[in-house]
Amino acid sequence: MTAAVEIDHLTVQFGLFTAVKDVSLQIRQGEFFSFLGPSGCGKTTILRTISGFQDPSKGIIRIGGQDMQGIGPNQRPTALIFQNLALFPLMTVAENIGYGLRVRGVPKADRDRKVDELLNLIALSDQGNKKIEELSGGQKQRVAIARALAVEPKVLLLDEPLSALDLKLRQHMRNELRAIQRRVGVTFIYITHDQGEALTMSDRIAVMNRGHIEQVGNGRDVYENPETAFVAAFVGENNGFTGMVTRVADGLATVETALGTFNGVNRKSLAVGAKATLFVRPELMRFDGEGENIIDGHAADAAYEGITTHLTMKAKDSSSVVATIAGATAKAFPESGSSVRFAFTSRDATVLPA
Amino acid sequence: MLSSTGHPFIFLLPVLAIAAFWLMAKFEKKEAGLPRRSFFERNGTPVAIYLIVAVAFWAIFMIVLPQLFMVEMSFRPKLPPIEMGGPKDLYTFENYHYFLYGSTTSNAAINWLHLKAFSLTIFASVCAALFNFALSYPLAFYMAQVAKPARVRFLLLLLIAPYWVNEILRAFAFRIIFSSSGLINKTIMAAGLVDQPIDFIGNDIALYTGLGYAYMLMMIFSLYNAIETLDHAQIEAARDLGAPWWHIHAFIVIPFAKPGIASGCTLVFMLSAGSLAAPLVLGGPRSLWFTPILYDRFFQAFNWPQGAAYAFILLLTCVSFVLLVLRLGRLNLGEIAK
Amino acid sequence: MSSRSVLNVMLAFYMAVFFGFLFGPLIIMGVSAFNTSTYPQVYPIEGFTLSWFDKLLSDRDMVYGMKNSLWIGMWVVLLSVPLGLAGAMMMNQVYHKARSFYYVIVVSPVLTPGIIIGISTVVFWRDLTTTTGSKFLYDGVFLTVLGQSSFISAYSMLMFMSRLNRFDRAQEEAGLDLGATQTQVFFHILLPFLRPAIFSSAVLAFLSSFENYNTTTFAILADKTLTTVLAGRVRQGTTPAISALAVLIIAVTVTGAIIYELVKRHEDRKRQERLDAAHKAERMELQSIENATLHA
Repeated sequence: MTAAVEIDHLTVQFGLFTAVKDVSLQIRQGEFFSFLGPSGCGKTTILRTISGFQDPSKGIIRIGGQDMQGIGPNQRPTALIFQNLALFPLMTVAENIGYGLRVRGVPKADRDRKVDELLNLIALSDQGNKKIEELSGGQKQRVAIARALAVEPKVLLLDEPLSALDLKLRQHMRNELRAIQRRVGVTFIYITHDQGEALTMSDRIAVMNRGHIEQVGNGRDVYENPETAFVAAFVGENNGFTGMVTRVADGLATVETALGTFNGVNRKSLAVGAKATLFVRPELMRFDGEGENIIDGHAADAAYEGITTHLTMKAKDSSSVVATIAGATAKAFPESGSSVRFAFTSRDATVLPA
Repeated sequence: MLSSTGHPFIFLLPVLAIAAFWLMAKFEKKEAGLPRRSFFERNGTPVAIYLIVAVAFWAIFMIVLPQLFMVEMSFRPKLPPIEMGGPKDLYTFENYHYFLYGSTTSNAAINWLHLKAFSLTIFASVCAALFNFALSYPLAFYMAQVAKPARVRFLLLLLIAPYWVNEILRAFAFRIIFSSSGLINKTIMAAGLVDQPIDFIGNDIALYTGLGYAYMLMMIFSLYNAIETLDHAQIEAARDLGAPWWHIHAFIVIPFAKPGIASGCTLVFMLSAGSLAAPLVLGGPRSLWFTPILYDRFFQAFNWPQGAAYAFILLLTCVSFVLLVLRLGRLNLGEIAK
Repeated sequence: MSSRSVLNVMLAFYMAVFFGFLFGPLIIMGVSAFNTSTYPQVYPIEGFTLSWFDKLLSDRDMVYGMKNSLWIGMWVVLLSVPLGLAGAMMMNQVYHKARSFYYVIVVSPVLTPGIIIGISTVVFWRDLTTTTGSKFLYDGVFLTVLGQSSFISAYSMLMFMSRLNRFDRAQEEAGLDLGATQTQVFFHILLPFLRPAIFSSAVLAFLSSFENYNTTTFAILADKTLTTVLAGRVRQGTTPAISALAVLIIAVTVTGAIIYELVKRHEDRKRQERLDAAHKAERMELQSIENATLHA
């Protein structure tokens, strides 16, 4: 089977600035694929290149096996959901949804049927005559999705469409987006800087940084087995200790850092003498002191969040180390200023090139 | 354009303009590296053609060429139609010479009448601009910073209303008030202050009052638009710091509203200096104003080249005034033409 | 008396002077239109009459001029609104070093005295029509339309520019992305967005044309418009028939302004209703999400 979207050695330059550097990637048919990265990492540029608003400086985009060079955005089998949704405020909900069909010259009767079908899908059946202004934030989201789906695109591109919503609604819309994607089976390409969104919705995630891809994998891979220091630091919370590798044995590496000598899994097979960062997730950091690797310092803060509590320790070089523990056990955390000891097992730490 | 027979050239101009636009589109593409789509792709062919044709026609046939033709004509001698393009049709400064010295045959004396009318026009127009500024500033400030939105809307309506009555009728209203049997004369005579009607029209009081009235709206709107964008918190802050009210206006509001003041003054000056209705309706037989003289070059002296020269002088004056205001206020044109 | 109330008294006094100056002359003129006295005056009132309106409407030149002015106004609207729109759309697209040059050219008519625009229009078209043998174009109405449009287009361009600044480019891209051509985007999305600006620049264009004198008096040649007839009448002598005309014009514009205000209020109310509906939908949505989580 051909890939839904194939990005082949894509480079995009704006004058002297290179927004996307030699990116190659295949996105499968029917997949929910996310690009995750901080702002300015080039993810939006990739999206605009796929949709045809931006020309590649080098490289090829193929959609359904077909080279898109020279094909305008209005002739590509893609539909884009804009960050601000870009619904047409002077048209009704139904007119918005039917717009793509109208400009394709679909007869009115067929158009109406399709619009009704989509209104049904997004649970707005009786609201086709409303103006966009009359809708709630969530309803606008759904209309934007329906408008994009109306033209039966092979690929739906979403440019952080949830960023304008309230937290609660945003979480709800994640589920809804995922459900719609499962139902219609269209390939979704989702752009976000919010790792929670990427992790909960995506089949696969590409983590981007400064125009290139750091890692591609499913949510679990990216979170648990980061391949680069950037991914480890960007996806989820992490404690990082940078230093030099002094010993390598049994798949473990010993890293000498400012806070002590720690062992961690040497997943990138670093050699002795390499500069490295050892990462430990806060939820794997233990405050009861059990583990081979030990960090001493002073208690700084206990941020209680109900289910969990984030304990912060000031280490001797005055950097912060965080341990996340179940909410109820937080009571035992000493008062700020008194000495505490954090620890972790070597199997829970990852050593990556710095 | 260089001679009366060279006119077919002007039909080449639209072609040149289109070529220029096309080149610009090319350059834009190369220079930025950003937009891949050409002017035609970006707008769609029908719209692109409409844009080019409309802008070319407007800019070339309605703005640039008429001005160039007028300027060119001002350097021509007045000739009967037969001799146009003939051996006598040579470029000359005689029309400008006339403005300064009167007829070429009597170049001993200076053309006092026209020069005096010209300088009086400039001076009175500057005064009109300053007077309008002084009168309008408090109201503009009140509307922009003090009054509630509903009241502002009402005031705006009140302000606009008189200006939809045309200029001649507005001048006419002042004529009713100031004429020898008008309201003011009747009142002061009935009150026994004078026994002879005062000739307000003959001594130009009516004219200057009418001019002061005619273009006030332009000033108010320019000021209002500028002051409205000033953050009220700035004024509050200054007041909290104990600044006296005149200090707030002189050092906060007025510097901020500079572009609006400049545009208001420019517009009022230009409209006053170019005003024809007020001097025609409110001017007495001996009133001195530049536009009626200009008008007479065309319709009484039938000397079009001379009229064109006078018009060009007026245009240059206005351009200089705009440049002067821009220089004084350290502004650019985009800031005042809004 | 506190400084605050002194300020209020000063403000009230200033407002009285200002609006007295603004409306006084018009009120005096308005009253004189109903006074029987043959000289337009307010005092003494010799009797109430409507005969000046009769006289006005039987003035053939005046009625002819009025018709001509309406005709010219219509053409000015039809010409200067599209030209202004094109000028504004071009502004964002001109290569940036040429932009200020372009701006100076298209804005210059606003800063040029109307009388000069009238003269230059006549001079140019007289030459052009003579040398190309198209003398039929050397016509007062045609020249007036062109002369007035040269600066009225600039007014309308400025209005379109400020509206276009608020246009969201994503709207255009959304149209394209859904398969529309650039031309379809222009007609389906951009023009509807510009409709308020089209309407207001059309109104402004018509009114500016209708009341214009400085440009018209040259460009109209031997023909007449209301303002040129009026100027002639006023110079000949003062009659209350002219006041009557002013009353008519004021009545029409005030009616227009009131209608405009009413329409605007109606629209505001409609918009408020829509926003309220959105608010309600928003609340219901959050409510239903909360309920769903409670049951789960």
